[in-house]
Amino acid sequence: MRTLKILLTSALVKGLVGQAVGWALGYSFVALLRALRGLPTPWLYEPAVAFGAIISLLGFLVAAGVLADWLRWIVGKKTELKHGAPAGQPGWARYINVDTNHKVIGVQYAITSILLLLVGGYFAIVFRIELAQPGMQWLTNDEFNTLFSAHGIVMIAGILLGVGAMVNYLVPLMIGAPDMAFPRLNAFSYWVTIPSAVIILMGMAVGGWDTGWVGYATLSLKAPLGVVLFLLGFWMNGFSSIASSLNMLVTVTTMRAKGMTLFRMPIVVWGSIAASIIQLTATQTVGVALTLTVAERVLGLNFFDPVGGGDPILYQHLFWFYSHPVVYVFVLPGLGVIAELLPVFARKPLFGYRWVALSSLGIALVGFLVWAHHMFTSGMDDALRVPFMFSTMLVAVPTGVKFFSWVATMWEGKLPKNPPTPLLFVFGAISIFLIGGVTGPILGTIPTDLHLHDSYWIVGHFHATMFGGYIFPFFAALYYWYPKVTGRMYKESLGKLHFWLMLPAFWVMSIGQMSVGLLGMRRRVADYDPALGITTTHILITLAALVIGWSVLIMIYNFIASARTEPAADTNPWGSRSPEWQIPSPIPEFNYVTPIEVVGEPYDYGLAGSVYTRTIAPAPSGD
Amino acid sequence: MGRFRHFINIIILVILSTVALRLLFDVILALPMAASAEARPIDHLFNGHFWMISFLFSLIMVMMIYSIFVFRRADGDETDGPHIHGNSKLEITWTVIPLMVVLGFGVWGAFTLNEITRPKDGEMTVNVTGRQWSWSFKYPEQGDAAAAELVLPVNRTIVLKMNAEDVIHSFWVPEFRVKQDLVPGRETTLRITPTEIGNYRLRCAEICGQNHTTMEADVKVVSAEDFQAWIEQKSAGPSFADMTPEERGAYWASTEGFACVACHTTDGTPSAGPTWQGLYMHNVKLADGSTTEANDEYLHNSIIDPNLQIVDGFLPNVMPGNFGDRFAEREQEVGAAEGIDLDISADLIAYIKSLQ
Ligand code: HEC
Ligand SMILES: [Cu+2]
Ligand SMILES: [Cu+2]
Repeated sequence: MRTLKILLTSALVKGLVGQAVGWALGYSFVALLRALRGLPTPWLYEPAVAFGAIISLLGFLVAAGVLADWLRWIVGKKTELKHGAPAGQPGWARYINVDTNHKVIGVQYAITSILLLLVGGYFAIVFRIELAQPGMQWLTNDEFNTLFSAHGIVMIAGILLGVGAMVNYLVPLMIGAPDMAFPRLNAFSYWVTIPSAVIILMGMAVGGWDTGWVGYATLSLKAPLGVVLFLLGFWMNGFSSIASSLNMLVTVTTMRAKGMTLFRMPIVVWGSIAASIIQLTATQTVGVALTLTVAERVLGLNFFDPVGGGDPILYQHLFWFYSHPVVYVFVLPGLGVIAELLPVFARKPLFGYRWVALSSLGIALVGFLVWAHHMFTSGMDDALRVPFMFSTMLVAVPTGVKFFSWVATMWEGKLPKNPPTPLLFVFGAISIFLIGGVTGPILGTIPTDLHLHDSYWIVGHFHATMFGGYIFPFFAALYYWYPKVTGRMYKESLGKLHFWLMLPAFWVMSIGQMSVGLLGMRRRVADYDPALGITTTHILITLAALVIGWSVLIMIYNFIASARTEPAADTNPWGSRSPEWQIPSPIPEFNYVTPIEVVGEPYDYGLAGSVYTRTIAPAPSGD
Repeated sequence: MGRFRHFINIIILVILSTVALRLLFDVILALPMAASAEARPIDHLFNGHFWMISFLFSLIMVMMIYSIFVFRRADGDETDGPHIHGNSKLEITWTVIPLMVVLGFGVWGAFTLNEITRPKDGEMTVNVTGRQWSWSFKYPEQGDAAAAELVLPVNRTIVLKMNAEDVIHSFWVPEFRVKQDLVPGRETTLRITPTEIGNYRLRCAEICGQNHTTMEADVKVVSAEDFQAWIEQKSAGPSFADMTPEERGAYWASTEGFACVACHTTDGTPSAGPTWQGLYMHNVKLADGSTTEANDEYLHNSIIDPNLQIVDGFLPNVMPGNFGDRFAEREQEVGAAEGIDLDISADLIAYIKSLQ
């Protein structure tokens, strides 16, 4: 009873109710305007639905109380930062209410991310089963198209949230800060993703859409109603990216512990910086692309439809200017996790720390110069295609630096004979990111891309990149920091089972995808010709996808069960030098009860007597 | 000395693994047959990349697995690994060598691209039109002969001039290797030189809406003589005067005509548009809630101005709105050739009538 009451009065539920109310208000407003002009408003009238969606975002934020402090500031009231669960409620209630602590927000991000990955993964499994055999089995074309479109955008939202989880939880800890620079903005960044996700999923309910996650014009202008909600949800998610990356950059520039110079930060922080720079500067262009599309559809302005003088290629430029670099937002923090964990387990310094750190910035920089490689077949002049081919090939160089540095870190290192789950996931991540990496240059050289573009080779390539650069490192991070977050150890046997199911399954899936792509399997098709000789491989891909799905469920079970039943874990079970492992688990509200200072290098494993951080006597309080 | 031995081991293992992978790729990463002159240089580039992929994958995996098994912690050993921070010379090496290699591939790619896109002697132009969800082809150098299949003479460079009527589509015949989008509002070009006589399949490679999957057309590469014969037969065309209105209607509805079949079936299953089976004189429920009888006038309006009344459960703006103009153009052409007065819309309605 009490639990139910806590749930029903939580910010989450209030927000969702507020969102529904906001949607109804927005819809009625448009209907009212039309009524004043004597026009009837049909059910699901597009401008009304779209306006309702925009108001619904406000409805959610206001009702959940995300804006409460700021609204009070506007009328001149001061507010204190609140800490802990709402008065009289248990600790877990923090996680479904607006909370400004970076660790709580990190966990909120992680849980939401996993939920979205489950939903998006479920979509994939539904249409993968359809693809196991040629002919249409149990989906219509429309359902298939909606599912793969939603799969793409839901996974991307899920990944962005997972990046938010890692960055939020780890960065303040790793630089020795008590919290993020702007805690309220941090909460806003998290909470705005929920109404956005709801709006995208609503898009499936009102007719779906068939544009894929890219939403190319002019198809987006002709697609069913769902596309508008997809575009708006995607757009709103951008607020989270921009606000959280700004917050993260300010935190790192201003809140590092004493002695924490840039080249003494744990390497994950470098990945987060590079990712944040991309998010802060590129999200706007996709925002423009989405805004223009909505305006063209709903308001009748003309940007992309050539019939009115627009240009559909313009959309692609705006879109990829963000959507290529964003791939590095997904992978750079993950690659940072790989580089963070290897020295701990190999008991050896990270090889070429500065090169690894700067290669992240290198990738981010080059990443801004390659967007048009997604458009090699769009009819661009060769004088443009060829420079983009060369810039694309350059990405391989800083990426190579990372691989070589990881391998050099392991070389002669004392890796444990029986690697624990996080390390297994790091190995898996390297092998899969390698598949994704080596299958990239063949897409970069235009003549080979002319065959591979829009084929399943691409599907295989980018799933390997995402799984190797994000999913596997994310899972490694979840297992690795689980004892720090919860104070308990996960079940090692289940973790290993998860890994040994998921790794081979993923290999089969992604190599299978590339194989059918070479033979002529197009992307985003609901059906294929058995004459292509790819049916057996498709069965294998589907089976592998099912195994991956089950293995992830094992991980979730492991985390839920271990949080209740496992004994308390050591403070520093992995023997890490990083500062977050030197303080109790779970971590106190403000992280370092006594401030720390940095007196050595972060990865000096193997150097007797070296110290990275130590506590300093608390400074006399000034206020 | 110990280090030296490890390096020898690594070199041997990497070489073995590279060769083994490259051989394996011929099985698991096979390309379809090559049927165009463009495919040859492209497949060379593929081969170069496959060697590179085999080598890089082997290099990293061998070193990683070697470290995992050879250097791993011995039982009872509690010490840390060697304290090696890095090595700038090594870092520079593995920055510069990959840089050279990828730039080399870039140059190779640029030369290949030039080879496959530059104009050749004796080219022939074919106009390609893509629309949701059908293809049509016109042969401007053969008196504008029109077809729903792409028939090409072997060993002659074809310049495809491509236009999209509604959304972006993409021309892909895997055996020809090259691909090109069709973009509304601009003409795009693709050169192919078929070298193998045979039947292939053109499939749209860019998501273009509901029936993207089925946007396909036959491609036939034939000898020069067969091509000539085909063109003559195409130019003669069907004799419309000798056909009944129903027959003509069926022709107009086919991919040879106006490709209504891309969205309408005649067997009762709905597709992007409602089925035509049993449509005539039945009651149609409209999206605005009203009901109307599918009489001649309704059908005519539905064809010429489809957005006027939307059938319940289907979307507006899907059916093209320009059939009126396209019919008029065709009526004039046929009228000039055969001296008869056609009413394509009436033919189609007669055909729909026959589908009870
Ligand atoms: C790109 C897909 C597409 C093509 C091509 C197409 N239609 Fe349609 N058609 C539709 C859709 C969708 C509807 C239902 C929406 C509406 O009423 O406009 C429709 C509706 C109709 C209707 C009304 C059917 C009913 O059940 O009331 C007729 C008649 C029709 N089309 C005839 C044609 C003819 C004739 C052609 C070829 C000259 C054609 N269509 C080509 C998509 C298409
Ligand atoms: Cu890209
Ligand atoms: Cu298509």
